[in-house]
Formats: sequence, C-alpha cells, structure tokens
Amino acid sequence: MSSIIGIGKAPRRKEDFRFLTGRGSYVADMKRPDMTFGVFVRSPHAHAIVRGIDKTHALASPGVQAILTGKDVAADGLGSLPCGWGIHGTDGLPMKEPPFPMLAQGKVRFVGDMVAFVVADTLKEARAAAELLAVDYEVLPAVVGVLEAVRADAPLLFDDVPNNLCCDWELGDKAAVAAGFRKAAHVARLSLVNNRLIGNPMEPRAAIAEYDRGRDHYTLWTTSQFPHVVRFLMAALVLKLPEQKVRVVAPDVGGGFGVKQFHYGEEAVITWAAKKVERPIKWVADRSEGFVSDRHGRDHVTEAELALDENGKFLAFKVKTLANMGGYLSTFGPNIPTNLYGPLLSGVYTTPAIYCNVKVVFTNTVPVDAYRGAGRPEATFVLERIVDVAAAEMKIDRIELRRRNMIARDAYPYQTPVLVEYDSGDPLGCLEGALTAADAAGFGARKIASERAGRFRGLGFSTYVEACGLAPSRFAGRLGARGGLYESATVRVHPTGQVTVLIGTHNHGQGHETTFAQIVSDKLGVPFDSVDIVFGDTDRVQFGMGTYGSRSLVVGGAALSKASDKVIVKGKKIAAHLLEAGEHDIQFETGVFSVAGTDRRKSFAEIAGAAYVPHDYPLEILEPGLEEQAYYDPVNFTYPGGCHIAEVEIDPETGIVTLEKYTAVDDVGTVINPMIVAGQLHGGIVQGVGQALFENAVYDEVSGQLLSGSFMDYCMPRADHLPNMTVETHSTFCTHTPMGVKGCGEVGTIGSPAAVINAVVDALSHLGVHHVDMPATPNRIWRIIQNAAIPQAAE
Amino acid sequence: MKSFAFHSPETVPDAFALLNDVSESKLLAGGMTLLPTIKQRLAEPAALIDLAKIPQLSEIAVDEDALVIGAMVRHVDVVTSALVRSKVPMLVHLASGIGDPAVRNRGTIGGSVANNDPSADYPAAVLALDAIIVTDRREIPASTFFTGLFETSLEPSEIITSIRFPIPSTAGYAKFKSPASRYAVVGVCVAKAGGSVRVAVTGSGPCVFRVPEMETALETSFEPAAIASIKIGAAGLNSDIHADAEYRAHLITVMAKKAVAAAIQGL
Amino acid sequence: MIINFTLNGRPRKMDVEPATLVSELLRETLNLTGTHVGCDTSQCGACTVLFNGDAVKSCTLLAPSLDGAALTTIEGLSATSGSNRLHPMQEAFHENHGLQCGFCTPGMVMTAVALATRNPVPTEAEIRHGLEGNLCRCTGYQNIVASIMAGAVAMNAPAIGE
Repeated sequence: MSSIIGIGKAPRRKEDFRFLTGRGSYVADMKRPDMTFGVFVRSPHAHAIVRGIDKTHALASPGVQAILTGKDVAADGLGSLPCGWGIHGTDGLPMKEPPFPMLAQGKVRFVGDMVAFVVADTLKEARAAAELLAVDYEVLPAVVGVLEAVRADAPLLFDDVPNNLCCDWELGDKAAVAAGFRKAAHVARLSLVNNRLIGNPMEPRAAIAEYDRGRDHYTLWTTSQFPHVVRFLMAALVLKLPEQKVRVVAPDVGGGFGVKQFHYGEEAVITWAAKKVERPIKWVADRSEGFVSDRHGRDHVTEAELALDENGKFLAFKVKTLANMGGYLSTFGPNIPTNLYGPLLSGVYTTPAIYCNVKVVFTNTVPVDAYRGAGRPEATFVLERIVDVAAAEMKIDRIELRRRNMIARDAYPYQTPVLVEYDSGDPLGCLEGALTAADAAGFGARKIASERAGRFRGLGFSTYVEACGLAPSRFAGRLGARGGLYESATVRVHPTGQVTVLIGTHNHGQGHETTFAQIVSDKLGVPFDSVDIVFGDTDRVQFGMGTYGSRSLVVGGAALSKASDKVIVKGKKIAAHLLEAGEHDIQFETGVFSVAGTDRRKSFAEIAGAAYVPHDYPLEILEPGLEEQAYYDPVNFTYPGGCHIAEVEIDPETGIVTLEKYTAVDDVGTVINPMIVAGQLHGGIVQGVGQALFENAVYDEVSGQLLSGSFMDYCMPRADHLPNMTVETHSTFCTHTPMGVKGCGEVGTIGSPAAVINAVVDALSHLGVHHVDMPATPNRIWRIIQNAAIPQAAE
Repeated sequence: MKSFAFHSPETVPDAFALLNDVSESKLLAGGMTLLPTIKQRLAEPAALIDLAKIPQLSEIAVDEDALVIGAMVRHVDVVTSALVRSKVPMLVHLASGIGDPAVRNRGTIGGSVANNDPSADYPAAVLALDAIIVTDRREIPASTFFTGLFETSLEPSEIITSIRFPIPSTAGYAKFKSPASRYAVVGVCVAKAGGSVRVAVTGSGPCVFRVPEMETALETSFEPAAIASIKIGAAGLNSDIHADAEYRAHLITVMAKKAVAAAIQGL
Repeated sequence: MIINFTLNGRPRKMDVEPATLVSELLRETLNLTGTHVGCDTSQCGACTVLFNGDAVKSCTLLAPSLDGAALTTIEGLSATSGSNRLHPMQEAFHENHGLQCGFCTPGMVMTAVALATRNPVPTEAEIRHGLEGNLCRCTGYQNIVASIMAGAVAMNAPAIGE
C-alpha cells in the first residue's frame, strides 16, 4: 500500500530499478533504424595551421557516407559555438571573444580540436576512413601554461588577441584594500596553483542525430545536462534552424559534474550531418577522446595577500589570478574564474575590503569550463589556505583565528564587499559541530601514536560558503549572462489523481525522480508511488535551463513547489463548488479538501476526477483539467556553507598521504531526502579529495600533448584510497526559497581540497612547510620532505 | 579492431605449428596486455593462437626442489593455491597485488613473463628466485631471459610452457603501485636461498634488474637495516609524471627494506 | 566462427567474427546494453561480467573465448525472469543508496557478487581492495562498500522458505 512520503524522509530511489537491472537507457545504448556511425578526426597537434585536407582516399574507403570539414561548415554559412557569458575587463571593454568553430577553420588550437567528421555504414569503416583522411598541418609553437601564455614572446593563438589575454577582470574596492594593507600589523602571502582537472563522468559523451525530411525535423539524443539550452544555442545560433524543428533528448545520462553542461561542437556537427546523409548517425566518444575533448576544469595560478591587525582580524584581502581558458571560450568559460570566483572570496568571514583581479588567458589546451564547484572551490582554496598561513605566521590557533573573523549567526543577512548578500548561515555552529564530530580533541593522542610509528599526522580545517542555485536572472544579466537562469515545472494531475511532473532540470544521478516526487507527495498529499518525474526531452518538457550549479532543487524544486501550489488553488475552487462552500472555507491537508469545521470533504483524486469529467463543475468560471505550470526565477543565490575537517597521515619514507578521517558538517538548508543528500556529499567530497591528492591534468610544455590522457595516468580516486566519511548537516534555512532549501550538489567539492591540503601542511609543519600544491602526490611530498631545512623529526 | 583469425590448439606442438605457419600470428594467453594493445591498434595480428585449451599449461606442481607453475596459470590461481602458499608464499602476495580482481581472473604468469613489461610484477620474482623459464624447446635461466624493454630471449614462435621456481629459504616482495594504473612504480623482490641472496627490481628501469650491492649486504646480514644506507643511483631509471628518477631510486631502497621484512616474516 | 556458450542460464549458439569483444557482442548484437563501456584501457570496470563465475572485464575478453563457457550479465543476475525480483546484491545497492547515475552500477554489482561468492564475510578493507578495478565518480564509494557488506550477508544467509 503506497503512501505519502514527504519532505525529510528517505525513501529508496525510484530510478534505481532500471539501473540495477541493466535497463537504463543511455545514449550509447540506443539504436536507430539504418543507423550510420560517425568519427571525429581530431588534431594531433596543439597548435597548427591546417594547410589542406585531402578527402580523396578517405572518401573511397568502403562504407563512407560523408566527410565534412571546416570548409563545408563555412560553405553552409553556419555559426560558431556561442559563449553564454560576456564579461568586461578593467578597461570597461568586452572580453576578447574569437569564434569557436565547430570544425577547425584554418587553424587548430589544442590537441583534440576537431578537424573533420567521417560518417560510414559501420564504426569500423568510419574509423578506417578517418585514418585515411590526409590533413596537412604546419605545426606552430604551442603554449600550455598561463604564466608562459601572457609573456611578450609567447605564441599567439589568435592574431587579434594580444598576449593571449581574453579579459583582464577585476572585482572589489582597490582603494579600500590598499587602505586595509596600510593599517596591517601582519600580511600573509601565498602563491599557489589550482591544478587542472578532468571531470570524467563514467559515461563518455555520445550523440545520435536523425533528420526527418517529411517533417523537416531534427532529433538529437545527447549526453547533456541541459537539453533545452542545447536546442536553443544549436538551433538559433549555430545551425540557424527553426527552434521548433529541433528536438533534443537527454535520456539517462551517466554523470555530468559540469562536463555535460556545455553545448559541444559534436552535437552541432552530428545534427547538421544527419540531414546530409539522411540517415541517423551515432557517435560515442572513446574515453581517450573524452580526455582531449571534454571541457577541463580549474587551472589557476594565484598570488594572494591577507592583511590582519594585531589581533588577527582580517582587514583586507587581495587576490591576483591567472585563469586558463584553453584554446577557445566554452559555454560558461569566462564566467567561472570571474563571477563564480571573486564573489566567494569573502567566505564566512567579515573581511571588510576585498579586491580580486583575474586575467583570463587563452592557451593551446582543451577549453576550460565548469567542473563541479566551478570557481567556488578555487576561491575557497585560496582563502582557507591563506588563513592557515596567517595563523601559523602570527602564532594564533587556526580555529581561534577563524572564530575571530566569522560572521555571527545573528549578523545575517550579511552584505559582503564582493557583490553578494548572504541570507542565512551559521558558520560557527558548523565549525563547532565539525570539531565534535571529528573528535578534534582526540587528535593530539592520535598524532603521538602516528609519531611512534614513524609517521606524520595532520589535521586540516576548511570552512566555506558557496553561492549556488544559479541564478537570479537579473543579477546574472548584470554580470554578463546572456540567458535567463530560472526554471520551469508542470504538475500534470491525471483524472485518477496520479501525477506526472514535467521539469526542466536534468537527473543524471542526483535522485530527482525521488526528491521531486517527495515534494509533490508532501504538497499534494498524493502517494509517493503515484508521482512520476519527466525530464530531458524538449518535446515533452516545456522549457528548462537544466542541471548545474546546485540549482535543481533550489530553482527547479521551487518551480515545482509553486506549480503544486497552483494545483491546490484550483483544487480548492473545484472543491468549493462540489462541497457548496465558499472558496475561503476550503482547507487542504494531506490530500483532502474539506470545509472548515465540518466533515464535508473530497479527496484529491475526487477533485482530479471532477476536473476531467466536468459534469458538476463551475465551467463558467473555471477551465476543466488539472494541470499547472510555474516558472521560478530566484531572488538571490543560496549560500550553503559548512566546515570540513580532514585528518591525514604521511609516511615520510614514501611520501604517501593517507586520508585517515574526513568529517563534514554542512548547512544545506532544508533537507528533502537525507539519504540522497549524504550521497551527494560523499561524492562531492571525494572529487575534492581527488583534486587534493590524486588528480592532475598534465600537458607537455613543448609539444602540448596531454600526458595524463587515460585512466592509466590520470589518477581517479578509487575505493581503496578512501576512508568512510562522517557527514552531518547543521542547517539554517534559506530565507528566500520556497522550502528553505539551499542546494547540496557541489558543497562537498568546495570544502574538501582546502581541508585536505591544510591537513597535509599541518602534518609537515614541523619541517617548516607552509604550503603544498595539489595534488599532494607521494613524489611531491617526498621531495618537500627532502628539501625541508629541518631534519626529519620522527626519524 | 582489425579482423583476425582465431585458433584454439589443444596441444603445445599444435600451437607451435600454428604460430610457425600462420604469418603475423600471436599467442593469446590472458590477453590483459595484448587485447588493449590490439584495441589501440598498436598491434594488428592476422591471427591469434589461444592457449586456453591446452590443459597441462594450467598446472601447478612441485618437482624436486622447485615449484612449477604452468604458463597459463592465472594470477587468481596462484593467490588461491595452497601449494604455492606452502612453498613460496611471496608469490601469493605478489599475485594478489597485480592489477585488479578482473585482471587477476584472466591474466597469466606466462603472459606476464613473456611480455616483460618494465612495470610488471612477475619478472622481479622470476629474477630474484633465479627461476627457469621452460619453453617448448629448452630451459632458459632468468638471468639471460629478460633482455630489455619488452624484450626477452624467446625466439620467434617459442612458447613458454611453465616457470620453474627453485623453492627459496625465504622471499619477500614489496611494491609501490601507481595509484592510477596499479602497475609497479617500484617493485622489489628479495629471495634468500641458503647463503645466497638475490634482489630484483621492477618498475624502475627499462627492464627488471638486480642490485648486487644489496645482495652482498644481505648475505652478511639478512635484515632491513643492512641495506638501509645503500643509495641507488638515479641515472638510467625511469622518470614520468608519477615518479621522477631520484624518487624511484629512493623507493628502491625503501621497498627493498620492506621486502626483506616481509621475507623475514615469511609472507 | 561458431561458438557455443551459456548466456544468463540459457544455451546460446552464435556465429561471431573473431575480432569481437564480448562487450561489443553483448551490446551491439545481443542488445544486452546493461554492460557499459566507460574506458578504452581496461581500467574502469563498468563492463564487468561473470565468466564461469569470475568477474572479468568484457571489454578485454574476446568473443571466441566464450566457447564452452558460462556468461552472466547484469540482465541475467536476478534469477526470476519476468519478475521485478532483485538479486540480494542488487537489493542491497538499492537499500544502501549504492548508486547514483547508474553507469558504473552493473560492473560494481557483478564485481560485488563475485567478491561475496568467494568471500562470504568480507571486511570493509577487503571490499575496498576488491573494488580496485571499478571506478565510480558519483558515490565516493562509501555507500557501495556498505551495499556490498549488506549484500554479502544477504547472499550468504540461509534461504528462508517461501
């Protein structure tokens, strides 16, 4: 007997059955009648002029249907891949925005840049033909690092972008910061690198495109986090097709983490090509292909300075960052190291003056864009690292220094000096909770035990605040967003009272089919099992901005809540008629409409039935049917926050860092399903731990080849690298979202890198170490220990 | 993958005949290296000759003072063999650390030794135990078998049938594995047979090699402390994004000490 | 070439091109798409199947090697065909939220079944070591480990009559 399962409960997930039994429907699983196969020919060079492409031999290869190159793109007058954000520099001028062609136009700018698309009857034939395509490259010098790219003698990616500088961006009050530094009793300084990452969702990207000449209609199935946005960008801006003639479907998607929230050239090329061959085309990326074409993340070089008074109060904070954009501007590219970075530099602290300058730089590498956390882990890392550096230099306890500077719970709403206003939070509560949960008091004894075994033990803290729930459209528009960032939901009540929800967010592991059903079950009082969630299809769902930036529950859930409210409003009108009462006398609770103070009542299903069989129904004033839609545009970001504590042990002989304990206490607002929230935190934390200890995208500085181009060399966190984590919530409630929710998808990734590295530095502090760059690999740690001035204490 | 023919001989001579007769043919053991190589089109054989249906290649036996492991014995078979555990427990430990469970369920000792990957585990044990590589035509001592990067003294169409490990007094293996690939960044096998000690290192150079200075020191005193101060030169050692040559050189001593400790404990 | 094997408990005779990986055979020819391919270097484990009861990566196994063997895929794991009954290990993943996007899940479950068959009472460390050939990017592994703990108990519990 199914029942109402509402907010705060932990039902097992509705979506599990199909995945557990191998019956999910991922793009690569799909087949279309008479399907052909596509292979992209990609540049093996980081920087080269394409002098010519000779198709002769490849076209003669068996089974070949089409070979398309940049020339064909130009001949058809197609657009280039659009950037969704236009930021402005310190000079007030717009960022440099060179075109990002879907197939190279005369030049390639990273290893993996697309040169041609080969379509054949079978995958084998497409691969064979691709090998026969003769591309004549004139190889140019390449530049892969940001420091090198801005040098006067650096190779230029684009003739009209001097110094490879896309934008010189700033935020904050420079004069106020200078004044703060003049008053400082102490200035802490830190130079650091935020390592480049590759998101690697376990499902590689894939697409199938099909053209129906009879209807002049295109369908694209793609591994996307935001099918409606892909449709808009691709149809309106790239292929210049009528938007209503294009359907984009993102079915089951095997993880995204940001990597699948961009409009990729592959999507446009395959859709365009499908009309040319008039047969469906399927393309599935190899993992190796993914490594050189999935958008990468992070990759900053930063110098930071924190000014403090004699009591350790933060006076001013100054951050200069060089951010790598790769070879072109991807969909959100320039937004990530600027708008999602600078405004987070206040963290949970009352720093009165902050100035941030970011130079956004082109290099001969894969375009860099959002990866889980996107800008916010980088900001948190700079801030929480320099706080530890300051504490060590001023000989103030790290916790105490944080306490002295934290925003008090009763100081919210709190306006930071970097644009954003936090609505709610309790940083101190999270900190105290984490100290208890991590048994920080027992650390001393554990450290002594480690020392006895010849090992170094360290404890690391990181507080953080994140701006998520992307995003208030008007605010985002002022920052350079070229689109809206609201969300939409339709609640379709069937005549039986059962419900289908059509929502514009996309579920690729987050458990939306369960969480959203709980919201509807809670609001409408219908059984949890009577609610199904539909997403990911532009022909079924009205509109949507998709899933990223921890926005699905915050923005999509809010739209769903509003649409449910509208259903109740209409239901009350129907009930008032049927129960012969005034509309204001109708109460609605747990699925029952009743007249206040009487036993007259109608169930939700009865009302739904009446709406669809309107024999006894106020047709003069009310439409039949029971289906409501809402669009929700948030009034502010939400600001989850928390405190993470990592405990590591280092074997000085090998340099191996072992994560011994991990504790997170997070303020994510209202929790709809605690089981799912814990799962999101586990996964997010491990991605942050991956950045701190294992993962690194490394390019050869001369050739521009990706050296970490497979799972053999790019170290993904594995089960035996990790301990069980302790994850708790300490929630304050968001004051402006309908349910008080704040979002939880990215928080784990935001708090964890700094916590882990602070623990590593703590473990090495007796050697005079004050910073360790990520990832803290055994080789790096061993080298640091070797170079340390003080002899090894534990040996 | 390019097309190839597939043969499943049931005897070693039949396998030899096929290998000899069919041009561009390759032997298939567990396929854990060969199949990824073919998938990446780094090898394009015209035929594969599968050894899986030759029963005697999968036997483990004791012959006089030697443990004889058939070429097609999988890593998991070594891990679960009571005979191996009782005679050379080090091999159980070594095999249990190769790749991952799925690799251990397919990968074979013969395939590993024949391939001579510079970061494979078995070559270290073969060299340290002074094993004999038994082929369809001769017995090759370990000391002359591993000749270079992916190179061995096997002749074209020569087939390994078993590895004959003299049973040591004690032996130990310690591996610093790549956290990404699980291959050895540095693997050291130490074996003591009577008064003689052999130390073999994998993962560090183009090919497995011995460390005579450590062997001499351990023959005097079979204790980790005996080699703690022996520094290996970094010249000629592998260097990559995971471990530079100096670090590898350092790790050789660290892993050798751990291998000695393991040998003393009889692991 | 002709191969005879047992697929999910039923005999199967097929004519295969030798240069066919079992992952390709399952996905492209047999429409058993629950076996996923997440890499091209035999590292991720999403394609893990049971080959004569052993967990192996079907992307690194040739179709001809199936001749005479028994193969079990995720689709054939729960014994009762035509019902929604889950295998105890699948049930444990469901109960313990051991999956998110679902892509690595079939490989994880097959690896877990093989592990719990070999080792009925695995420790947490043994489970973590046993998962070294399976990558998951969503869960941080914690709930997968918990699932396998529970699944091993359930798999090896004496059958309750029904």
